[in-house]
Amino acid sequence: MNFVTPTIVLAIGAFVALLGAAFARDRFFEAHMWVLFFVLLASTVFMLRRVSFAPAAAKKSGEDADGYFDDVVRYGVIATVFWGVVGFLVGVLVALQLAFPDLNVEPWFNFGRTRPLHTSAVIFAFGGNALIATSFYVVQRTSRARLFGGNLGWFVFWGYQLFIVMAATGYLLGITQSREYAEPEWYVDIWLTIVWVAYLVAFLGTIATRKEPHIYVANWFFLSFIVTIAMLHIVNNLAVPVSFLGSKSYSAFSGVQDALTQWWYGHNAVGFFLTAGFLGMMYYFIPKQVNRPVYSYRLSIIHFWALIFMYIWAGPHHLHYTALPDWAQTLGMVFSIMLWMPSWGGMINGLMTLSGAWDKIRTDPIVRMMVMAVAFYGMATFEGPMMSIKTVNSLSHYTDWTIGHVHSGALGWNGLITFGAIYYLVPKLWKRERLYSIRMVNWHFWLATLGIVVYAAVMWVAGIQQGLMWREYDEQGFLVYSFAETVSAMFPYYVTRAIGGGLFLLGALIMAYNVTMTILGYERDEAPIPGAAPRLQPAE
Amino acid sequence: MSILDKHVIFERNATLLLVGSFFVVTIGGIVEIAPLFYLENTIEKVEGMRPYSPLELAGRDIYIREGCYTCHSQMIRPFRDEVERYGHYSLAAESMYDHPFQWGSKRTGPDLSRVGDRYSNEWHVQHLIEPRSVVPESIMPSYAFLKETPVEVRDVGMHLSANRRVGVPYTDEMVENAEADLKAQADPNADTSGVEARYPKAKIGDFDGDPARLTEMDALVAYLQILGTLVDFSTYDDASGYR
Amino acid sequence: METYTAMRHFADSWGLLAMTLFFIGVVLFVFRPGARKAANEAAAIPLKED
Repeated sequence: MNFVTPTIVLAIGAFVALLGAAFARDRFFEAHMWVLFFVLLASTVFMLRRVSFAPAAAKKSGEDADGYFDDVVRYGVIATVFWGVVGFLVGVLVALQLAFPDLNVEPWFNFGRTRPLHTSAVIFAFGGNALIATSFYVVQRTSRARLFGGNLGWFVFWGYQLFIVMAATGYLLGITQSREYAEPEWYVDIWLTIVWVAYLVAFLGTIATRKEPHIYVANWFFLSFIVTIAMLHIVNNLAVPVSFLGSKSYSAFSGVQDALTQWWYGHNAVGFFLTAGFLGMMYYFIPKQVNRPVYSYRLSIIHFWALIFMYIWAGPHHLHYTALPDWAQTLGMVFSIMLWMPSWGGMINGLMTLSGAWDKIRTDPIVRMMVMAVAFYGMATFEGPMMSIKTVNSLSHYTDWTIGHVHSGALGWNGLITFGAIYYLVPKLWKRERLYSIRMVNWHFWLATLGIVVYAAVMWVAGIQQGLMWREYDEQGFLVYSFAETVSAMFPYYVTRAIGGGLFLLGALIMAYNVTMTILGYERDEAPIPGAAPRLQPAE
Repeated sequence: MSILDKHVIFERNATLLLVGSFFVVTIGGIVEIAPLFYLENTIEKVEGMRPYSPLELAGRDIYIREGCYTCHSQMIRPFRDEVERYGHYSLAAESMYDHPFQWGSKRTGPDLSRVGDRYSNEWHVQHLIEPRSVVPESIMPSYAFLKETPVEVRDVGMHLSANRRVGVPYTDEMVENAEADLKAQADPNADTSGVEARYPKAKIGDFDGDPARLTEMDALVAYLQILGTLVDFSTYDDASGYR
Repeated sequence: METYTAMRHFADSWGLLAMTLFFIGVVLFVFRPGARKAANEAAAIPLKED
């Protein structure tokens, strides 16, 4: 394989970035273009060292003997583990900043800048890489076809990493649209749109060239995730830049319309990025790991259409009792409550896939991890509809209860199902007999679960106490607490929350070690999990 | 072919699956978002709202840049405790010129939608430099660097034009005078009649305690001091605003 | 608000009925006996040799 074209493109890109830095209208854009320049320059140099001017080899790059394009999946798994550890680490940092404000380092590491860094790192860097890697793996296996588009998969992977680096450095520099979970500015958004279209083409092309008559349901979920995120991303980020050589832009919408557009996006980033995409993972990796088909394929069809139809309506529940018209709030609440049903239909479908193999929860820590993920999914999708009820929301909104809810979903559901998928994938992708250590998976499971439980429980108490303190009156009819008193009351909870997050991070570090050792080809000499059958997984 | 066999087409055709799922996910958004743009009672009729002055807009951009919205809401809900704590509940009209909105989703710190006129400029400056020196319980980071950073004035007219392109009613006069207005608003010795005419109720004078310099602290405090002060609630009828 | 009231009445009556019937129709259609074979085939896809 020669790398002439991508190297030239990278070099041109680096030059354009240099021009951007030279003619920038503001210092933030200038700094950001310097970052881009050095990233692209380093990539160009790296590629140059691999350029070969000999004729391209007959075999396509990264293609395995069985005809699948798995190299990009391998890179994706490594990126998922790496960004996961980074994202959790920043999470522990922001948690500690809330308990100990002296940990803020102005201006680059103030909470207002590190918080988007954390949310984007875990959602888009960790979750996004997990989705890209697993969707590429699953769509090839269930279609029995090579990933469509030759090296398009590489473009999607590296293009997405560039998006992550630009978003993350932008936050620390102070470049943000202030739209939650869509903070990157216009030029980074345009880049992501290009990458995303390439992702859609690669995914859809693979389905179109499949050798299976059916499109497996996991691919339905992945496809709807890709399409809907494209729609949400484009509409929510409509903005007018001040200058094409400046970082600042102004949203196309204002006030109430802008708020609903943002939360239509924000809630469906949860609904499609963190739910539909990850359900695609569930519908492939749980059947594979327990080696039996999904409990009810026909229920999964209902699950799919009901989920994607209802989720899109639920956004207004983020704006209860605000200046958003009441009819929109009510509509959002009604659909949020109805959403409970398809969510639990999916949960039951995932859990019941184990029927007849329940002993695997005891004997296989990877299955246990996946089952716990689905259980947390069920818990979070019960809590969510409950919190969308206006009377409940009047207490929970603006408090840490919401933060706890988000994390029981994100750490419990997205985190654990991704860890399960990674533990399944790594031995397969690197053609190892088994993981370096199954017992370490067990350790990871318990650390992560304990961490989530501590986190969620503490945030429930904190949020409810905060909400009650804000509205507490004495017998004379005066508010009892000043706002500052409600802040200082949170201190013990914020410290405990950071400990819960620290446990989760520790588990992820164990995973990183385990995965690294597996890739390097080691096997830890350890006693098998009691009751586990000797591993008879066929080597591929 | 009987109709019962047709689902196989759906299940086996990637394009149809793509179109079908895209159609399904557009319905909710269209029904909920589109009416907000044409139902005329979405935004109440109020008196007093005006576009931000150039200095306030610069301050607002700093507010956005520093991620203040991650801890402070600008949306008072119509509850007794919130109205007593923060003032009249927020109206949609009050954020009609906010591109983007800053309603926020979390109150790690208090709501700021009516923080204008509540504290002195000196209090804000001291609070932003060393929050715990005025509020011992505060967990807010320090923003001392704002007082050392000059405001970028070069492109302020372009900022107003960009806002005008998305619907904020800045006039040609406002855009032409943007740079001069920005400087005059924070200068105690300048002729400020133009600023006051173009931006009624604008706070005038040195904000950061250093009249010689025009810093980001000036801009941010000017923005904070205008928050929630524009609408004249003596002429506002609550019942007419319900929708 | 006239348009709003009219739309709300429609949504609360005929709109609701139509959506419920559509949903029940979809469920019956998906779970009809004839669909069993196709569903079982599709469900087995991941478990074939990869």
